[in-house]
Amino acid sequence: MNITLTHLQRLEAESIHIFREVAAAFSKPVMLYSVGKDSSVLMHLAMKAFYPAKPPFPFLHVDTTWKFREMITFRDQMAQKLGFDLLVHVNEDGVRDNINPFDHGSNTHTHVMKTVALRQALDKYGFDAAFGGARRDEEKSRAKERIFSFRNAQHAWDPKNQRPEMWKIFNTRIASGESIRVFPLSNWTELDIWQYILQENIPIVPLYFAKERPVVERDGMLILKDDDRMQLRPGETVENRLVRFRTLGCYPLTGAIESDADTLEAIVGEMLTARTSERQGRLIDRDEAGSMEKKKREGYF
Amino acid sequence: MRHLLAKSLAATDSIREYMAAQEKKSLLRFLTCGSVDDGKSTLIGRLLSDTKQIFEDQLAALERDSRKHGTTGDDIDFALLVDGLEAEREQGITIDVAYRFFATPKRKFIVADTPGHEQYTRNMATGASTADLAIVLIDARQGVLRQTRRHSIIASLLGIRHIVLAVNKIDLVGFDHGVFDRIVEDYRQFSQELGFQTIVPIPMSARYGDNVTGRSDKTKWYSGPTLIEHLENVSVDEAAAELPFRFPVQYVNRPNLDFRGFAGTIASGTVAQGDEVVVAKSGKSSRVRRIVAHGGDLSQAVAGQAITLVLDDEVEVSRGNMLVSPAARPQVADQFAANIVWFDEHALLPGRSYILRTETDQTSATVTDLKYRVNVNDFAHEAAKSLEMNEVGICNISTRSPIAFDTFAENRTTGAFILIDRITNATVGAGMILHSLRRAENIHWQSLDVGKHGRSDLKNQRPAVFWFTGLSGSGKSTIANLFEKKLFASGRHTYILDGDNVRHGLNRDLGFTDADRVENIRRVAEVARLMADAGLIVIVSFISPFSAERRMARELMADGEFIEVFVDTPFEECARRDPKGLYARALNGEIKNFTGVDSPYEAPEKPEIHLKTLGKSAEEMVEALELWLNERDIAEDQYDNGGGI
Repeated sequence: MNITLTHLQRLEAESIHIFREVAAAFSKPVMLYSVGKDSSVLMHLAMKAFYPAKPPFPFLHVDTTWKFREMITFRDQMAQKLGFDLLVHVNEDGVRDNINPFDHGSNTHTHVMKTVALRQALDKYGFDAAFGGARRDEEKSRAKERIFSFRNAQHAWDPKNQRPEMWKIFNTRIASGESIRVFPLSNWTELDIWQYILQENIPIVPLYFAKERPVVERDGMLILKDDDRMQLRPGETVENRLVRFRTLGCYPLTGAIESDADTLEAIVGEMLTARTSERQGRLIDRDEAGSMEKKKREGYF
Repeated sequence: MRHLLAKSLAATDSIREYMAAQEKKSLLRFLTCGSVDDGKSTLIGRLLSDTKQIFEDQLAALERDSRKHGTTGDDIDFALLVDGLEAEREQGITIDVAYRFFATPKRKFIVADTPGHEQYTRNMATGASTADLAIVLIDARQGVLRQTRRHSIIASLLGIRHIVLAVNKIDLVGFDHGVFDRIVEDYRQFSQELGFQTIVPIPMSARYGDNVTGRSDKTKWYSGPTLIEHLENVSVDEAAAELPFRFPVQYVNRPNLDFRGFAGTIASGTVAQGDEVVVAKSGKSSRVRRIVAHGGDLSQAVAGQAITLVLDDEVEVSRGNMLVSPAARPQVADQFAANIVWFDEHALLPGRSYILRTETDQTSATVTDLKYRVNVNDFAHEAAKSLEMNEVGICNISTRSPIAFDTFAENRTTGAFILIDRITNATVGAGMILHSLRRAENIHWQSLDVGKHGRSDLKNQRPAVFWFTGLSGSGKSTIANLFEKKLFASGRHTYILDGDNVRHGLNRDLGFTDADRVENIRRVAEVARLMADAGLIVIVSFISPFSAERRMARELMADGEFIEVFVDTPFEECARRDPKGLYARALNGEIKNFTGVDSPYEAPEKPEIHLKTLGKSAEEMVEALELWLNERDIAEDQYDNGGGI
């Protein structure tokens, strides 16, 4: 018998192995579902890993209340179509204090509505393992993280003292209150993700495809005016432009790129010629040097 | 490559073609290692930069950071590209392994950039464990250093067979051919015993790019490949598909009564529908009815694939077991020899119980014999009583239950394990199995007609091990002696194992180091177990300061037979009583390693019986013990008569 596995088959097998390991070794896992393309791939892999059974864990969406409307629609459609158990958590304290990216800035907004909200949700349900879609090629502190990444009872990451991770033998032991963040896509690159979406025909949020959309130019970024909560500043105008998104988050913090790529093939073609990395569209990474590491230490995914 | 594609790929067809070409590329995983400041991170930065993997925004950030933290003057400091942690950038060192990805038209690469400092060796091992090739960097001015050797030995132990010897900073020795040759000769001499299949030396300057992706015109005397040429062409195939079939069962998938699938990743070999397979630990055989996959069953599958198998028969298989080829089976044993690399700041102690984890199996394990430690400088085998952090040694290991395995030389997946600390859950060591010490299937416990039950029934009692722990002078012996008298008077058959007395006989060869204390306890625990097996009520009176050893003792005994008794007397009170005058001497520094003074006492967290002695008499303590024993026996009688299990 002579079968040589392709690069994507290898990555797929590694991810499935990780999913099963968590299901076998932890009592209460959860998958963090952010509705983006990486989450779509993650979800697809989870369905494969446990076929013909459904994934033996729920999917959790931490909703900052500032996600693109199309993301929420897509999320609910997918939950219905695939029949997974969807939990949605919102930090009600943040809502009560009206924390938002316009008045409080990306740092405070992300901390309260994402990092704190995530900690709240993990504590509320008592999850002992949480899958995330982060990849090592995204950002330099992520390049340093283990696949099974230990968190203490305060959900904090200690980057200077990570457990050794040998071969595919994962140390899944934790004390009560502690947890593990698990990253099945650690070794995938952005190109791999797109290739896999194309190969497997995985549904993604339409915002990834180019379309005429109402955008405002602000701080050098193109922001989609997704609802009336976004107030125009003096001199700003809403223009319809042909744009798409390389990455999805809270709409006031996510820059669109001008593009006519309206098919997966065109997106891949565009990506191959790109001169900037995908996280460039994210305001939160530019707040300060090492900002991702700082957020991760506080419990951000 | 990204920059070549701009307009030519706009059409859908050419994208599809491009993707198909991408798919055919092979993947090479390698690491960079070597001593501090030999230029590992700089080399990776150079590779990423020269293969156009760095985006404009990343380059802009790098230029900013180079001015702030850089160590290369006005030039871009490529190390900052991979040293992603704040602490690393501030200190200018690499602490943990970073994974980076790049591709050339021929191959895809995952590179692990590993730290050079000795204290972070475990992170280097992490990067090496999934790599097929190691680039060992050497500073041309320094030559082969201690860390060069340590990393080479660890790479070899972890199964890496291909080495690139990157003689870096060749510009700083004037591109001197003689220097290069001397270093290469040194390295070849030293690494003779390490079993590398290829060692390819390349003179280079990572900082200026000589012989990295382009040939240098300053090393005309060098005719070998550039680094990237070699990485693109080196063959590292291990042919896991050619080895016998091994399928460690990871997860049993049972969505309903009609489906029972065994999920896992094929470690080696191939499997096809209809193949006969054997359950490694039981020897039971069955046939593969289906290879289930999302999107349709497969007719066959190969090493590396994550699949789900359905068998013809209802054989007993659970996580940790293995489905294997009937013609070439793995070993199943509970004793074997292994290479160990130790990671933890608390040394490996023979006799201490650890958790041993293979890819899917888990059991308790102790190192029964530390045969020797390997000196990383000259490979000398040195006698050792413990393995300190970052040391390498060969050990005999005994597991509580047998595991199925191959030797690491035969199979990198089924021959490896990690050791985990029972209390901190830290990953404390990595092991590579050398050979089994005896086959578990050949050992059968002597099955005797007279059993433990019979022996204890004859004495009209149930066996028990009362394990007294507490500081020296806390009153253990006094209470134990009085307790035994009472038991004896009521017709029970007892025996006291006392710390001081055992040290005069059975354990006369042991001192008071941590390693000896562990062995001291292990022997006493084994003796107590035999006595309990003989039906006795055993009273062990030992300081036994470490919780790990008390737990080990507990696990030796049958459920409910181990009763931890914490004789809790405060340190000040023990020192005041000082019945043997030991505290006075220890506090004067005349006795070393004295528990409570300069050696720790780990108090039990959940003892069965907690005796707080202050202000109470020994008689009161003994009453509490008797009461506990009576209640247990009454409870167990009820269980025996009415439990009905």
